[in-house]
Amino acid sequence: MPAQVVHILPVTTIVRKRLLPVDGQIIVKENQKVSASDSIAEAITGRKHVIIDVASQLKLSPKKAEPFIKVKRGQKVAKGDIVAESGGLLAQEITTPASGRVVVLGGGKIVLETGGSQVELKAGLSGTVTAIIPNRGVIIRAVGSLIQGVWGNNRVDTGVMISLLDKPEDTLEASRMDVSLRGAILLAGHVAEASVIKAAGDLPVRGLILSSISPNAINAAAQANFPVLVLEGFGKRPLSPTLFKLLTTNVKREVSILADMDRQSGQRPELVISLPLSQEPPEPRDDEAFAPGQTVRICWLTRPAQTGTLTQLRPGISTLPNGVSAPAADVRLENGEQILVPLNNLEVLG
Amino acid sequence: MPTSLVEGNSLLTVDIGSVNTRAAYFDVVEGSYRFIAMGQARTTANPPTNNIIIGVQDAIRNLQNLTGKTLMDDEGRLVIPSQPDGTGVDHLATSVSAGSALKTVVVGLLPDVSLRSIESLAQTTYTRVVETLGMNDSRKMEEQVDAILRYSPDLIMIAGGTDGGATQSLQKLIEVIGLTSYLLPESKRPAILYAGNHALADDVEAALKNISSAVAICPNIRPSLELEDLAPAQSALAGLVMQIREQQMSQLHDVRYLSGGTLIPTAYALGRMVRFLARYFGSDKGVFNVDLGASALTTATSLSGDLNLSVFPQFGMGEPLSGLLRYTNLEEIERWVTVDIPKEALRDYLYQKSIYPANTPANAEELAIEQAIARHVMYLSMRAMTARFPGAFSGEGQFPQFEPIIASGSTITNAPTAGQKLLMLLDGLQPVGVTTIVLDQNNLLPMLGVAAEQNNLMPVQVLDSGALSYLAKVICPVGNTAYGTPILNLKLIQEDGMTSETETKMGALQMLPVPSGRMARLQLRPIGRTDVGLGPGKGMEVEIVGSPLGVVVDARGRPLKLPTEGGARRDLLKKWLSRVGG
Repeated sequence: MPAQVVHILPVTTIVRKRLLPVDGQIIVKENQKVSASDSIAEAITGRKHVIIDVASQLKLSPKKAEPFIKVKRGQKVAKGDIVAESGGLLAQEITTPASGRVVVLGGGKIVLETGGSQVELKAGLSGTVTAIIPNRGVIIRAVGSLIQGVWGNNRVDTGVMISLLDKPEDTLEASRMDVSLRGAILLAGHVAEASVIKAAGDLPVRGLILSSISPNAINAAAQANFPVLVLEGFGKRPLSPTLFKLLTTNVKREVSILADMDRQSGQRPELVISLPLSQEPPEPRDDEAFAPGQTVRICWLTRPAQTGTLTQLRPGISTLPNGVSAPAADVRLENGEQILVPLNNLEVLG
Repeated sequence: MPTSLVEGNSLLTVDIGSVNTRAAYFDVVEGSYRFIAMGQARTTANPPTNNIIIGVQDAIRNLQNLTGKTLMDDEGRLVIPSQPDGTGVDHLATSVSAGSALKTVVVGLLPDVSLRSIESLAQTTYTRVVETLGMNDSRKMEEQVDAILRYSPDLIMIAGGTDGGATQSLQKLIEVIGLTSYLLPESKRPAILYAGNHALADDVEAALKNISSAVAICPNIRPSLELEDLAPAQSALAGLVMQIREQQMSQLHDVRYLSGGTLIPTAYALGRMVRFLARYFGSDKGVFNVDLGASALTTATSLSGDLNLSVFPQFGMGEPLSGLLRYTNLEEIERWVTVDIPKEALRDYLYQKSIYPANTPANAEELAIEQAIARHVMYLSMRAMTARFPGAFSGEGQFPQFEPIIASGSTITNAPTAGQKLLMLLDGLQPVGVTTIVLDQNNLLPMLGVAAEQNNLMPVQVLDSGALSYLAKVICPVGNTAYGTPILNLKLIQEDGMTSETETKMGALQMLPVPSGRMARLQLRPIGRTDVGLGPGKGMEVEIVGSPLGVVVDARGRPLKLPTEGGARRDLLKKWLSRVGG
């Protein structure tokens, strides 16, 4: 049975596709080295449309109005430009109400694309551009630590990681944040209130790495203009010992939060810690089948996740202590206890 | 297309769900078709594999292990047709429910006429309506265009106008759709279904076919103001949904090819079987089916030949749970939880399950929460059905009488005990009168529905062979009587002539055992104005087919009322469970 794999790796090679939300312009070249905060592409999003009904304004049928249209598809126009003009003694001029680009001509109408705002796509991780995806983005290859989470707010930023975490089960209070943290990426524990996210935004910080978040703070996190990465899940969940150790030993390093997530494409939100290595370590494996010896995470829904070693795959269907039947495996926890876990609830760490 | 046993072809059906992929093997045994076995594996539409074929192969491999029959070659290719050495299978038929709900724009003229009908049509499959466009929409044309562009819809469904009626208003809306579709990048253009005034059908096809990913023209769903006919459009919609899924999951092309073109949405296949089951059971009350899936809850009713099919993506037991509180509140769910947990823990569970939709309840607490959620989403779906089909679901919001009620979905069918399965259904659906609760333990109905496309004899014979399992005959008397008051006398006559008489009091939940394989008769004699389905005070005699729970009398009242105090409520829930065997 194929296993879900989650990457928590101190050193690995990371290959990531970085894409614009819409077609745009790529401003880096293949083989170019980029820093995480570099802009690599730009595009205009949120464009609106203006329809100029020439036929109606000239009181003509669409077919008869078309010869009077003076612009072509793709042409840029400024506000007030004449876009149609009827002939004769009582000539009538039609001007544009806004500047933009002609995108459609037909049916006696002109459609302009106007407005919009420029977005720039940051590299998100420091590495080398290995391929250009025309008009959409690039592929970047980098080396560092890779930590995947379970929820992110689809934002990306880079900064120095500062820890506010004394213990894996800490809860972040707004009062812990002061101006000395401005511009940092904060490693924190659980966030219970939306006001904490707001306080982080008021500083502002460059990002938040959280063990867990209460559902009542999710809207605030989703709307924050800095990346929020949740590593363990919803409700109060402590950071696993493995993550606590890996993260707290990398404090004050430059880290990138890529909080993009898309369940359909399988993109998980993640944290990359850049490491200056001369040799490229191997890339992580994304496809694994369950097998004895694997380090696995047991994803409980009502209690914190646990880590253990898969010791035996049970043949067929097993009956769990609560009476439910499911394909399952024996897992030895870090404390030596052996438990039976449904395969559906296991993720392979690697 | 084989329709007789003479050809006796074997058939493999595959159902690709959002969490699990299932492969079922059917073959002729002693002259008629039988369900032989089912293999199951995790669906692999998402990473790390991003290839549904892996999940299909895993499910078939598990099926091979169970049956000892070789269906694939060494490279994992399905052997079709079956070979003289016994390997392979003659036909494959596939249904699909995997994938996110399709972002859908519905377009119609009047809110209570064509817009309502096109929304009803959209709700028969895996859609999420993100934008609505109607004749009374006061937005400017460019605002309408930008509103639709913002969503980049997968599907646009258009209705409006009676056949022979005016076309101008609808043409204006079609112009908006045409412009929007044109402005989208070619790779993101939506599929379009047109089910409006027939006079415009050719023009719509000509105008939209080159600026959309696919166009389906079907008969008008509102040919006149009084008449709504969704059936022909449902078939076209099913085809369109599969075309969209094939664009999203390219390996479905291969599956369609191997399936001889038979690739249909699971909900559509289920609807087809429920319509058939109404004839099969000879039910004058109508058949009701609920499938509690991870990505959606699907209900199908067949009443007087009319199929009411509803897909509720918002009530799925997996990923949609993070959005469930938009439709209800925690208190409503909490009242069904049999363990003492803080409300916050319940809320956290909904969100955590949404990121781990395939998780199996692995301890007593998770199981209790999962079953509480199942009860409540079924209840919510019934309320939505009442609003959607007011004609069928009249009677003060009560669940209408159906015979039988069929249930599937792993939360129900994988519950550890028969009592848990039954109580989830009784609490969630709150049926009235006399009905039979049947479990589609292997979720075979959609598979039989898809198989019927290739072999219309097979579903009948498979059902005859006992593919569905009877859970209980349920008697749900309704009356306005005080708790503890006698409301019903029952006389159970076993096939060996043994009789037993019982009195039912208001508020009771009783079980009268009739073991599987036995038959019995049950005489119901209501006291006072108690109604067991024929009207106040009217009695009846019903045939009982033995089942794990026999006869269950649910006199707890409708709607079910639970104590407000948490401890008392949990005690009552546990007491009820113990009454049906724990």
